[in-house]
Amino acid sequence: MLEAILFGVLLGCFYAAVSIGLSVSFGLLDVPHIAHPAVMVLAAYCTFVLGRYGLDPILAGLVLMPVFFLLGMAIYRFYYETFEKRGTEAGVRGLAFFFGLTLIIEVGLILAFGVDQRMAEAAYIGQSLKIGEMRIPMRMLVAFGVAVVLTAGLTLYLSRTFTGRAIKAVAQDEPALRLMGANPVRIKQWAFGIATGVTALAGAMLIIVGPVEPSLDRVYIGRTFAVVVLAGLGSMTGTVAAGLILGISESIVLMQFGASWAPLVAFGLLLIVLGIRPQGLFGR
Amino acid sequence: MKRGGAAFWFGAAVAIGLAGLAAGTIKNEYVFFAGYIVLMSVALATAWNILGGYAGYVNFGTPAFFGLGAYTSVVLIQSVGAPLVVQILAAAAMSGLLGFGTGLMTLRLRGIFFAIATVALIVIMETLFINWRYTGGATGVQLLRPAPIPPFESYIKMLFVVMVVIVVVAVAIARYIQTSWIGRGLRAIRDSEEAAECSGVPTLKLKVFACTVSGALMGAAGAPMPMYLQFVEPASTFNLNYGIAALASPMIGGTAHWLGPVIGAMLLSSLQQVVTVTISNEMNVLVVGVLLVVFVVAAPDGILGLFKKLKRPK
Amino acid sequence: MSDALLRVDGVSKHFGGFTALADVSLEITRGERFGLIGPNGSGKTTLINCISGALRNDSGSILFDGEEISALPAYQRTRRGIARSFQVPRPFSSMPVFENLVVPLEYVVHRGSLHKADTHREALEILRQIGLADKAETPSNQLTQVELRKLELARAMAARPRLLISDEAMAGLSSSEVDEILKILFQLNEAGITIIMIEHIMHAVMRFSQRVMCLDAGKIICEGTPAETVANPEVQRAYLGA
Repeated sequence: MLEAILFGVLLGCFYAAVSIGLSVSFGLLDVPHIAHPAVMVLAAYCTFVLGRYGLDPILAGLVLMPVFFLLGMAIYRFYYETFEKRGTEAGVRGLAFFFGLTLIIEVGLILAFGVDQRMAEAAYIGQSLKIGEMRIPMRMLVAFGVAVVLTAGLTLYLSRTFTGRAIKAVAQDEPALRLMGANPVRIKQWAFGIATGVTALAGAMLIIVGPVEPSLDRVYIGRTFAVVVLAGLGSMTGTVAAGLILGISESIVLMQFGASWAPLVAFGLLLIVLGIRPQGLFGR
Repeated sequence: MKRGGAAFWFGAAVAIGLAGLAAGTIKNEYVFFAGYIVLMSVALATAWNILGGYAGYVNFGTPAFFGLGAYTSVVLIQSVGAPLVVQILAAAAMSGLLGFGTGLMTLRLRGIFFAIATVALIVIMETLFINWRYTGGATGVQLLRPAPIPPFESYIKMLFVVMVVIVVVAVAIARYIQTSWIGRGLRAIRDSEEAAECSGVPTLKLKVFACTVSGALMGAAGAPMPMYLQFVEPASTFNLNYGIAALASPMIGGTAHWLGPVIGAMLLSSLQQVVTVTISNEMNVLVVGVLLVVFVVAAPDGILGLFKKLKRPK
Repeated sequence: MSDALLRVDGVSKHFGGFTALADVSLEITRGERFGLIGPNGSGKTTLINCISGALRNDSGSILFDGEEISALPAYQRTRRGIARSFQVPRPFSSMPVFENLVVPLEYVVHRGSLHKADTHREALEILRQIGLADKAETPSNQLTQVELRKLELARAMAARPRLLISDEAMAGLSSSEVDEILKILFQLNEAGITIIMIEHIMHAVMRFSQRVMCLDAGKIICEGTPAETVANPEVQRAYLGA
């Protein structure tokens, strides 16, 4: 049981890190970004490709961050021009747009790489650390480390820097920000870019933690949205707490009931939160 | 619309009549195999549009309702050998209940939360049936078709005509909702839910109603599937592809009118079958994804909307 | 007591740590013309939202015609006779102008007897009253700002309310347009409808209201006749001060 909980903590921090981009894009910016997991899987595959040229996955992730930052800015610009500007009907169409994007990415990956699983190679993948009676996979520790740095970094950025606080401000009171002379669209675009850049590193972690396949985004829709909703939209600390809750629950279920029940945990948790306390733990 | 009533029912009768005629004269069974799939897509798209198009609440979980309908049939076939009509009605009831429950729980929230909840439904349903041995668990069950009811010579031809009837019923229901005060209320909800509520529209009740009817029709469309395939297992029954087509067809055809999902589903389903056979199954999903994005961005009112624009004198 | 149509008693509303309304109480008599003023962010729209049901008040009670309505969903409050217009117009943009009015006609006025009603004709009547009759068939997403404001009012009127709340219906309108809207509101009041007007256009509020209340930071700072309110130093400070 202790092993399950420890594994769950590591897994939970990993889940928090892969969801934190969504906490910004959906939680703060209110974009119906169901393509978030697909973008993450795309980043995982890019990491794999860079790995074929000998680049360590973490380094590959760092290299991909600026690329995905620009990609995120472009996606938001397009989304804003096409949907948010036009108002009311945008809700349905915005969702359908991101759904279509998810399909295109998923199928694109299948066409490029096939449906087989792909893995990254690194010194720390495949080895385990022995602590007393327990064996902790090295890759989980590495992912945990990266996750902590990433989450802490983003949280500090949002609360300490000027642009970071502008992003939080635009989420809370856009008209006020406009009155102060700032351009909310450019701030949101920047924020979405950052969220996507962060997701690039999350994708690198994804392929460190385990093999990836194109349909992996489907189960992560459940996990990332469960974390973001449980956290309370836009709360960074909430994302960490929610990630831990999900990670530990999944780990325990995995140990007690087996792998076939594990995907249910995220979605079940999501439904329970939506039913009982939709504003999440730390929601506004 | 009142005048159009007679025309609609006449057209419906003609459609069913033609279907029967085809079943009696056309020998090539493949026509009915393929036609059944197209018709099923029309039924699913029409059902989806009642909540998605009219009220503006996107449902990603069509496979959950469809699959529950199929498995309800399986349970009835295995337990009491129920006839097809009973299977369809029971499937509609079960999936309608699922729609009612899901709607009650999640339609109080914003549209995107409902959408995500519907994704959860698929996973939950699939996991439930993977772990239920009575219906074959993960490996599934094989089923034997009973003899077709005369005057049908083959079971497939019978299923084809049954699906035509299901489509007519679905379209009739969609048409009624669209042209009635219920449809007006749903449109008000889609345009501005807050203003609708303040104009006396019981928004939650209407949304739950639309979700229930939508779910029930999806279940009915799924009920004959076990007999069609003669084999049912969770992975392919709860396949996301059913959800993709059900969503994309109305977006492409047009969401404001019942004709939109019909046109969209017929075009898309035919296109999908052609692409799958000539190129690959993956390409088929890519084509749907691209079409969906193109239409959502460039032609938000779908094919019907484009027609309207062309007809308007400039 | 029996001619108080609306009685708000100790209503508070919080958003997380922010208090939008703090212990607000007021009473509005039948047929009254009541003005509600206050700087931006003072809680006027929040109060209206709590009365109309768009929001639930955290504490206190709201009595409409003697009935406690705090727990009722908004559509039921509309059916009991409370109608409101929105500060930023929210038309049913996929519908033509007249159909916007058919919605409240079908869902409030003629509930249960739809087959006997001629809602199209009734909608046209109301449009004629408000001066939008020639735009009846126009898609409502093609209206000008003024026309949208009028449509907001018309749609609230179509619910045949006993209490009509007009939320900044005149913002950004020209002087003659303001007079047009005022005239309609006076007519409605003469027909017996109690009206709460939220406005920033001071001369309109002062001309229209019999009583005025001023909110600031969620609290009532003044209540009285228009003349009294304008002269009140607290009110002046709230609008002009820091």
